[in-house]
This record gives sequence, structure tokens and C-alpha cells, in this order.
Amino acid sequence: MDLGTITLKLLDGFGVTCLLFLLTLVLSLPLGLIISFGSMSKFKPLSLTVRTFVWIIRGTPLMLQLFVVFYVPGMLFDVRLFSGDNGRFLAALVAFVINYACYFSEIFRGGIQSIPRGQYEAAQVLGMTSKETFFNVILMQVVKRILAPISNEVITLVKDTSLARVIAVAEIFFINEMDFLSRGLVWPLFYIAVFFLIFVGALTLFFGWCEKKLSYYKV
Amino acid sequence: MAFLEIKGLKKQFGNTKVLHGIDFSMEKGEVVAVIGSSGGGKTTFLRCLNFLEMANEGTISIEDGFYFDAGKVYSPAEIRDMRLKLGMVFQSFNLFPQYNALENVYIPLQLRSKEKIKASIPFGKARREAINAAQIENKAKAMDLLVDVGLSDKAENYPCQLSGGQQQRVAIARALAQEPSILCFDEPTSALDPELTGEVLRVIKELKDKGRTMLVVTHEMEFARNVADRVIFFADGVIEEQGTPEEVFGNPKSPKTAAFVK
Repeated sequence: MDLGTITLKLLDGFGVTCLLFLLTLVLSLPLGLIISFGSMSKFKPLSLTVRTFVWIIRGTPLMLQLFVVFYVPGMLFDVRLFSGDNGRFLAALVAFVINYACYFSEIFRGGIQSIPRGQYEAAQVLGMTSKETFFNVILMQVVKRILAPISNEVITLVKDTSLARVIAVAEIFFINEMDFLSRGLVWPLFYIAVFFLIFVGALTLFFGWCEKKLSYYKV
Repeated sequence: MAFLEIKGLKKQFGNTKVLHGIDFSMEKGEVVAVIGSSGGGKTTFLRCLNFLEMANEGTISIEDGFYFDAGKVYSPAEIRDMRLKLGMVFQSFNLFPQYNALENVYIPLQLRSKEKIKASIPFGKARREAINAAQIENKAKAMDLLVDVGLSDKAENYPCQLSGGQQQRVAIARALAQEPSILCFDEPTSALDPELTGEVLRVIKELKDKGRTMLVVTHEMEFARNVADRVIFFADGVIEEQGTPEEVFGNPKSPKTAAFVK
């Protein structure tokens, strides 16, 4: 097999990796914001429940969570929620979204709570509602403050997607194993690094650009 | 009834009593300086007036504005309406860092215009046009206010590009934009370098000449003496003494006042 064929085949798998990455990101960022509001709620039962949930998700291995999402519904309720290739992908997506939303929620919480009280008070005396205050005053300051930790998480996510291999999602490592490793072809395993390096390189440039875009103000 | 009338205002945090029943009134166009040592309750007094703290007891009323009774329960919308009758300028400016000077002044205005328009025009092109028209109007109004505080050339600058004195002048313009009945200042020059306090105090002086009603918590005794119509001295949560600057500074009746102003 020549390099071109192998590259194309691996790109198939990397497409799944990228799709899992993108969907996880798009879904877990807003969910993380909602969870952060839950954990900051003044209603104790809610904030306590949410914080316990975040503790469990952050306190257990993501690999275990993948198994739980994929197998436990069937074991407990005898339902097959995730069947077929699409089912496996969906199970992985659910596990990733929940896991990453919890990590993001803590970053959001830290960011939101670091905004000085005075910003809220200034908005209040100018007659803004709490919703207006959040979206017009607080959010952009939070975004700037959390950009670096978020970019860290996002880059970690790119590589964490390879864990989906454990429930046989056809991402790049799984494809490599099926098509090449099982036939004794070892070097493509290391060739995979190139795909990740290029993707993460692009992300790094993107976050650098974002940082520059937001450098016109200081918080 | 006076323009602003406060009766029996009490506030405590936990078991700490900060205000022990303040009675206070002021007339339209009056400039009152509030002085006193830290912890005397003057900032809390101002914050209760702006509903940043909710008083535990007492009433606050503004002529043609509102009547607030601490014993009653108010919705956030009602509090918001009452708040807009008062303007507030903070010690630490609290400009919104992501907006330039002009945006800092006009965005809060535009949000209020939008709210009104959305209530009267439910949807569609007419609503969009009304919002755009309001935006032009609000921007023009904001620009006029920046001209008034001498910052027309800084309209496009972000807070981080402005000096403390300039930031505070933007904050004053922003408060004025809401057309408050009374403008409150919480130590407006305390966070400024000495050479920058002058420009802020000059703006406040100009506002006095235009007949603005203002309540200024300050440590600038010179300013209280020269600009205020009346000085009130806060000590231990009560108004220990009040009168014209000549009376309070020149001939204080209370020994506490005398010790403070000497």
C-alpha cells in the first residue's frame, strides 16, 4: 500500500474525529454555560446537585463514561439506545458533550465570578435588566478572560476524541487498527500524529487570532 | 414636601447597624456634599438611595418620581424604574471596558429605547426602523454629553486608553444620559491621582452652574467648602451635623464634626 492510499483511508477516520470534535464543541459550550449557571444558583438544592454532578463527571475517567453511556442503558433497562455505527457515534458524542460541558462550566463559573461587582452595579444603576447586563456587559469580558483556558480544553478535546475507539467508533485510530495494524503495518500509527499536529496547529492560529481580535480592550 | 425626602432610613448588614434612621431632604438644584470618616455610613446611604443596597426601614421619595417604603416588596422592574430617577457615579468609574467612550454612554440608553419600542411595536419593519432611528438619536445625545464633559475627541477611545480623570468624565456623561432627577457621586475623585481630580471637580462645578441636583460623597474638603450649598457630616450611622459650608467648617457645633474638619 502506498502513502496516498493510506493517507486517504486515514483521512476517512480523521473526518469522523473532526465531526465528533466539532459537534462536541458546538453542544458542550452552551450546555457548559447552563451548567455554570446551575452551579452558581442561589437555590441551594440546585447548585448542590449540579456541583455533585460536575464532581462525578470530572472525577471519573472519560473512558469509563463512554462505557457507561454505551452499555448501561441496555444493561439496566434492556433498551438498545445506540445501535449500529451511527449509534456508537451518538453514544460517544453524548459522553463527550457531558464530560466537556462540565469542564467548560467550571471555566465559565471562574470567568463570570471574576468580573468585578462594580460592572454589575454600573449596569444596574443604568437601568439594565439582569439579562441585558449579562449579554451586553458581562459576557464579552468573560470571553476575554477565559479564552486561554478554553483554548487549552479545546485542544485537549481534539486528542480526547481518540478515546471513542473503545466503543468502536470509526475514528482515525480505529480505522488504522482495522486496516493497517491488524495486517502488520505499524508505521501509519505514528503517521497519525501528523494529522493531529496540523489540526491543532490550525486551532492554535485561530485562538491566537481571537486573542488579537479581543486585545483592543483590557479587563 | 421637599424634592428628595428621606425618612427614618435604616440599614444593617447582619448584626452590624450601619444607618441608624437617617432623615434627610434636599431641594431641586441643590448641591449637597456628604463628608465623614470611613465607616460612618455615607457610602451605604448613597447605595441605599440607588437601591444597590435595600434599606431595612424608612422611606425615600422624589417629587414626580417615586415613593419607596422599605416595608413593602417591589418587583425588579419597579426597582429599576425608581433607580433611573437617580444617577450614580462610582469611585472606580466602572466603565464597560469592551465599549468605547461613546458606546459606554449610548448603549444603556439604546437598551431602554429598544425595550420601549418592543413593547409598543410587536414586530416587523416598523420596529426595526424605530430602533434604528432611536440609535441615531441616542448616539447624538451621547455625543452631546461627551462634548459637555470636554471629551468629544475621545469618543472612539476605549477606557483602557483614557486617563482616570477622563474615564470618570465619561462615567458622568453616562449617568447624565439617563436624565436622572438627582445625580449621586460616591467619592468621585478618590481613585484619581491628585493632578487629575481637578478636571472631574470642574465638571461637577459646571453641572452645578447648570442647575443640576447633586449629592456628592467626598473627601475633598476644598470642594465641599467651595461648591456645595450644604454640607452634611456623617458619623457612626447618623447625620451628626449639617448646614452651609461656612457653618460646618467655620463653626461646627458637634465636637465630632469639629475634630473631623479641623
